[in-house]
Amino acid sequence: MGKEKNESVIESSLKRKYKLQAKDVNVFYDDFQAIKGISMDIKANSVTAFIGPSGCGKSTFLRLFNRMNDYVDGFRMEGKIFIDDQNINKKKINVEQLRKQVGMVFQKPNPFPKSIFENVAYGLKIQGIKDKTFLQERVESSLKQVALWDEVKDNLNKSALTLSGGQQQRLCIARTLAVEPSVILMDEPTSALDPLSTAKIEELIHELKNKYTIVIVTHNMQQAGRISDYTAFFYIGEIIEFDKTNKIFTNPEKKQTENYITGRFG
Amino acid sequence: MRRIKEFVIEKLLLSSALITIAITIGIILVLSIEAFNFFSEVSIIDFLTDTEWTPLFTNKHFGIMPLLSGTLLTTFIAIAFAVPVGLSISIYLSEYAPRSFRKTIKPLLELLAAVPTVVYGFFALMVVTPFLQGIIPGLSGFNALSAGLVMGVMIIPYISSLSEDALHAVPYSLREASYGMGSTRLQNSFRVIVPAASSGIIVSIILAISRAIGETMIVAIAAGQQPRLTFDPTVPVETITAYIVQVSLGDVQHDSLEYRTIFAAGITLFIFTFLLNTLSHQMRKKFREKYE
Amino acid sequence: MNNIRKNRLKDQAFKVWGIACTLLGLILLLIFLGNIFMDGIQRINWSFLMNLPSRSPEKAGIYTALMGSLWVLSLSTIFALPVGIAAAIYLEEYGKKNKLASILEVNISNLAGVPSIIYGLLGLEVFVRIMEMGASVMAGSLTLGLLILPIVIVSTREAIKAVPKSIRDASFAMGASKWQTVYLQVLPASFGGILTGVILAVSRAVGETAPLIVIGALAYVPFAPLTPMDQFSVLPIQIFNWITRPQPGFVENAAAAIIILLFITFVMNGIAVYFRNKWQKKLK
Repeated sequence: MGKEKNESVIESSLKRKYKLQAKDVNVFYDDFQAIKGISMDIKANSVTAFIGPSGCGKSTFLRLFNRMNDYVDGFRMEGKIFIDDQNINKKKINVEQLRKQVGMVFQKPNPFPKSIFENVAYGLKIQGIKDKTFLQERVESSLKQVALWDEVKDNLNKSALTLSGGQQQRLCIARTLAVEPSVILMDEPTSALDPLSTAKIEELIHELKNKYTIVIVTHNMQQAGRISDYTAFFYIGEIIEFDKTNKIFTNPEKKQTENYITGRFG
Repeated sequence: MRRIKEFVIEKLLLSSALITIAITIGIILVLSIEAFNFFSEVSIIDFLTDTEWTPLFTNKHFGIMPLLSGTLLTTFIAIAFAVPVGLSISIYLSEYAPRSFRKTIKPLLELLAAVPTVVYGFFALMVVTPFLQGIIPGLSGFNALSAGLVMGVMIIPYISSLSEDALHAVPYSLREASYGMGSTRLQNSFRVIVPAASSGIIVSIILAISRAIGETMIVAIAAGQQPRLTFDPTVPVETITAYIVQVSLGDVQHDSLEYRTIFAAGITLFIFTFLLNTLSHQMRKKFREKYE
Repeated sequence: MNNIRKNRLKDQAFKVWGIACTLLGLILLLIFLGNIFMDGIQRINWSFLMNLPSRSPEKAGIYTALMGSLWVLSLSTIFALPVGIAAAIYLEEYGKKNKLASILEVNISNLAGVPSIIYGLLGLEVFVRIMEMGASVMAGSLTLGLLILPIVIVSTREAIKAVPKSIRDASFAMGASKWQTVYLQVLPASFGGILTGVILAVSRAVGETAPLIVIGALAYVPFAPLTPMDQFSVLPIQIFNWITRPQPGFVENAAAAIIILLFITFVMNGIAVYFRNKWQKKLK
């Protein structure tokens, strides 16, 4: 993605104002309209949180960026999604290549029923990378990034299913990081975890922000307030407000946003 | 490049799946063609109405009725035994038995269906027939009764397992309503649960009938090789399947009329089991829609 | 006696009847097995296993039948396994929503209900005659392979279905293609279930008699097959043949051979159950 091979990294990122963009997006599942006319620009190296009541389209919208909705029956989209100024729904785009750039972490940790090492190495293996040294280095650095290395380094061949919930989720993040994406999508990544694991992962997100662009769907408003730079408030398929997190939580423009934040409805 | 590889793989997998259709077409073609050849020599009216089946004798008759009656008689005996027993087992396991008992017994019962049928044939001939001869004077060494009863034992799990699944699938709320009004388990079972699960139970019976009709070794060993239009369970008979075995063991020329008789018999068998299986499939679809 | 007491009694009576029915089949089976055991156990010794068939019961053995069974079972598995697994993968992972898939499903469940002797007629016409294989191991294996194919397909589908959707989601989200997901995640995860299905299919095939009789497997084969085009017999046909002989010595032979056959069948069933339990634990 991106044809600017000869320019320096700084120059190209100055040109590219936004990492992720959505323009006039509508999403339908058969006759039901899940997303109504959303446009959004997300900056690189930021953490953006999607908040709002259940069923308002947050996950659906999130999944537009790695085209995971393609598998759902009756899915239909209008409008455009851009990553690095490229429309990702064009026919010539290789979806598998896209997903190496855009990683996803799911709500319920879903490690593969394989060893810890195999889990993290999977993304590399499917690209055809076989070099054992390379794989080992990459696995180690990924596990270190998620602060799991010390806990598992002597047990890399144990099944990933023997880890605790929090550890499994960190493993899933490590697995995503191993392929060196530029964007990480997180769909309620801590809602199935205990408070201690949640805290560890929030700390992790804070560190990852330096290298990645992160979009996180969360039900937990306090979490959004803690970790995100920008927040989008979704309500029944529309974005009511999208702004710096600080502003949303202290001085929102819209009454509806204020009502949701203060818990008048949920 | 990758896309081409994925496409090719998908088509290879599809062709494997299509082999199953080729098998069905093969069965239908083979049976039809040879049967057609048969019916060019033997009139279909004779086939359906003649009361004797003697294609291997000099005085040839080609009436399917004796073989059909042999098949139906042994099947009837098997079902008459297996349905009450199998249903009672399923009701007991579903409504009365403690969970641990159910868990241990179910696989044991399915063992009954796993025993090779040639072994059951041995039992029928060597154990059951002599035993029954003590009770029923004049029972001949080959008869439909022994074969039918042993077949019945073999198909018990067909009825008990499937019926039990059907009973189990009935929502608990119906039981609560019935028990709440003070009914006993027996009343609950027969008045509420069994009727609610009736289509599933009927499916299990249809499948058991189909299995019994297609059974070969038990009847080939114990029921006899004398085609006879009768419903007397104490005399030797011959089923459609046993006839096919009889001819296959002998020295029959290919491309002869005698050879083609096994296909005429075969297509009759196939039509019966196909209709029964289709019926049970349709009923199972309706039954699933009911609870989903 | 008032109604309530009457009903209670009926209830208890049915309970007793239910237990009796449940145990009836098993008790009968035990009686049969005990009987066979007593008839045949004496006869089992090394020479019984290694001898060729003979006109005299004392000298006859099951060697050729055992070898024939081994040949036929191996070859039919080699045929049915790849085709069955491929078909199951197609139905579960690729062909989910189209009309063809539902036709295939109906067809497969139909094939599973076709009496085994019909497969024999098919094999006789197509393999023995049209393809001119004669009554060979090859013809027998292909016939049995067709017979066990629906079993392999159904059990492989069950095994594949049991793999949670979340694993596929994770794999796709990482940029794996459909085939990579099937090959690297779904198949390894369903391996235990597939293995169980194969063992069950084979344990069913080992006892099949009628279709092989129809294609012409002989009852009296004085040699073990050396190539796939050789004639053959199998253990259940040998048993059938001995049952039909008048000399009393053959009854013992039949009983002894049955013990061997049952031993093989039950051991395989036991192994299949063991693997099924082990695999189900692994997925959790």
